[in-house]
Amino acid sequence: MIKNKKQKNKIISLDNVSISYGSFEVVKNIFCDFKKGCITSLIGPSGCGKSTVLRSLNRMNDLIPNCSLKGTVMFDGINIYDKKIDPVEVRRRIGMVFQQPNPFPKSIYENIAFGARINGYVGNMDELVENSLIKAALWDECKDKLGDSGYSLSGGQQQRLCIARTIAIEPQVILMDEPCSALDPISTLKIEETMHELKKNFTIIIVTHNMQQALRVSDMTAFFNAVEYEDGDGGKVGYLAEYGSTSKIFNSPKEKTTQEYISGKFG
Amino acid sequence: MEEKLTLFKNRKRFGIEKNIDIIFKNTALVLSSFVAIILLGIILVVFFQSFESFSKYGLKFLFTSEWNPVKDEYGAFAAIYGTVITSLFSIFITIPLGVGTAIFITEDFAPKIIREIIGSFVELLAAIPSVVLGLWAIFVMEPFFRGFFALLHSWFSWIPLFSSEPTGRNSLLAILILVVMLLPIVTSISRDTLNQVPKKLRNAAYGIGASRWKTIFSVILPAALSGIMAGVLLALGRAMGETMAVTMIIGNSNAFSWSLLSPGYTISSMLANQFGEADGTQVSSLFYAAFILMILSLLVNIFAQFLVKRFSLKYR
Amino acid sequence: MQNHNLFYQNKSSRNITDIFLTSISFLFALFAILPLILVVSYILFKGGSQISLDLFTLEPNPPGDEFSAGGINPALVGTLIITSIASLIAIPIGMGGGIYLAEYSKGGLFARFIRFGVNVLAGVPSIIAGVFIYALIVSTKIIFGSTYSGLAGGIALSILMLPSVIKTTDEGLKLVPNELRQASLGIGASMYTTILRITLPAAFRSIATGVVLGIARAAGETAPLIFTALFSYYYVSGFEDLFYEMGSLSVLIYNFALEPYDVQNKLAWAASFILVLSILFVNIFARILANITTKEKRI
Repeated sequence: MIKNKKQKNKIISLDNVSISYGSFEVVKNIFCDFKKGCITSLIGPSGCGKSTVLRSLNRMNDLIPNCSLKGTVMFDGINIYDKKIDPVEVRRRIGMVFQQPNPFPKSIYENIAFGARINGYVGNMDELVENSLIKAALWDECKDKLGDSGYSLSGGQQQRLCIARTIAIEPQVILMDEPCSALDPISTLKIEETMHELKKNFTIIIVTHNMQQALRVSDMTAFFNAVEYEDGDGGKVGYLAEYGSTSKIFNSPKEKTTQEYISGKFG
Repeated sequence: MEEKLTLFKNRKRFGIEKNIDIIFKNTALVLSSFVAIILLGIILVVFFQSFESFSKYGLKFLFTSEWNPVKDEYGAFAAIYGTVITSLFSIFITIPLGVGTAIFITEDFAPKIIREIIGSFVELLAAIPSVVLGLWAIFVMEPFFRGFFALLHSWFSWIPLFSSEPTGRNSLLAILILVVMLLPIVTSISRDTLNQVPKKLRNAAYGIGASRWKTIFSVILPAALSGIMAGVLLALGRAMGETMAVTMIIGNSNAFSWSLLSPGYTISSMLANQFGEADGTQVSSLFYAAFILMILSLLVNIFAQFLVKRFSLKYR
Repeated sequence: MQNHNLFYQNKSSRNITDIFLTSISFLFALFAILPLILVVSYILFKGGSQISLDLFTLEPNPPGDEFSAGGINPALVGTLIITSIASLIAIPIGMGGGIYLAEYSKGGLFARFIRFGVNVLAGVPSIIAGVFIYALIVSTKIIFGSTYSGLAGGIALSILMLPSVIKTTDEGLKLVPNELRQASLGIGASMYTTILRITLPAAFRSIATGVVLGIARAAGETAPLIFTALFSYYYVSGFEDLFYEMGSLSVLIYNFALEPYDVQNKLAWAASFILVLSILFVNIFARILANITTKEKRI
């Protein structure tokens, strides 16, 4: 009974996942269940493959030549790396916000309408644009200039526009790849507030370099680390070192490396 | 949540959309392979058309300059010699002019605006059609140089290259008009290459007290050498295949002569002149000549590609 | 006075060499722009004086007519038609190929082979393209039994345009930041939607510039036409004229420059005036457009 409840609660689960670029293995043997309705943050030193893992969740890695994945990624009970799966459909259910704000060279309105339209949205477009911008906490700042280019906004606003664009297609999961790394502290704070709002409707998985941010926004934290290859040629391979509730990871980590990373000894 | 999802009727991609995606990709794939098909087609067609002449004259074709449709005797030596000699002489004249101009444009000798104007003038020169340059060569250049050529002959007639009485249209004029056509190629590629040489190299040379030209000659030009060489080779390939201006000014004579002051021939001008009216073995012989021209320019071009790649590997 | 030797010395051999070499490079730069100035001014001077309404409306008279050479209407129309045919063939094929190279190929072996092929094809002498089409189309009479025709000329020209269209499409698309592609794919757009709606529009201006320059270049080509389209003295009057010999400005210049009659030579200058002016105009316009684009991107 308890097991069944757990089953229901998870939305994406990684089962023995290893990802490599060509012959170079980036991460190895990841097992991890992401919970529905939670914000999960992926933290770890650079080069540990956390962004690669994130991008594998909606098959964005398909776009990188020679990138291959072993193991299974289950989403809603389906292996999204099955041959029969259409990656485009996966991305319509699992949206993504990138490190650099990347609005389309179109108007603010069109930025949001574009995604909804290709997803075959049949409702009232104006309403959808307004709702998405409200949810992304951008409505007040741009309601009078929806016809302006997306590039006319500031960096932080652009990133919130990208978030609005993603939530407009109502995905089940939103992936965020260091969404605040290119932004100033005030914009960062605003985006974090937005994330708290979004949690009510979406599952969010976020990669962050900023441990304070992980602590502030997330319910669950996965700590990735990298070890040198056993054959010792200097290359590193990432692995999931520890995974649990954020308070547990930050207050009483089981692993020594987690403890060291969190207290800032490396990374 | 479920209710909202129904608003997106394309959430599941339907067959049509998936098929369009696949068709789009495969169409693009087929279109891109057209290049290979055309290239292969050109080589095969020209090769097979030249077969008759090749089997009849063999390699002798390359070393005789008899061209007699009445006796059905063909040899392309004069045209091959003309192609090689005009392109080599023109490229040797162009190299210092083009590279010198490129240095002038990339160094800060003159205000930026002047250098930009010179740069764009040189590039606009590349836009002038070859046939117009030929027209200009006939009516402006040839009369202008007539006296000069006579002097050249009277002073240097002991050099084989200037040993004949200058005629109206001759190989030397073809070389000069080729220089005009090659100049934009060599200049713009050299300029791009010089611009790509990392700043730190220049700073390193200045830092140890080298003068400007010492820096240019011993640091910048060597660093840019393979790029400039690639540009020179591309220009050489262009010179060998260049048709209109050369045909109009070279005089079109199949009689072999060492002298640049007498009329000459190149493979491409021979093609332009005779192809329309030829038949029988003559057509096949012209294809044979075309095949030689193609092989020559392919070799030069492939070698240029190789150099371009080597340069870009070095500094990227 | 210890620092005396830090002062600039006019007479030091090093400084004299530097000044000498600088002057030489300046002289070379002057040499390099001299041909353009001379050619353009002769064309303006010799061709500009011939411009009249008759020039645009009449057929050229056969050589030998001492008093009037007639006009260049058939050649002008022919150039427009032949260049359009070439564009209609080369632009779709070239853009499709460029899209494949930039968006789908992921730099694999096939793509490297095709890119190499593009560069090699770009280096094939233009007269060879004419020879090729002569053997393939003209001598075989494969198109409805017609031999020399405007259509064959257009096809020959398209071979010369193709590499430049592929190259500009490929390079224009490669300049589009990857983030834009990811943004579109990340919200579930199909690949073709992403290309048609996001990347191609973003690269539109640089591709358009390159393509327009390619068309301008093709409009002046002569060698591929002299034994594919040949030449015609007569008006283009209907669709079926596509299958017959067709005149063009460039071939007119070639033919009439070599005529011994002064009136024909003058007509060649007039045709050069029109050809060169339109090509230069397109070039300058495209360059200004490209400059505006690069400046906008920087903001």
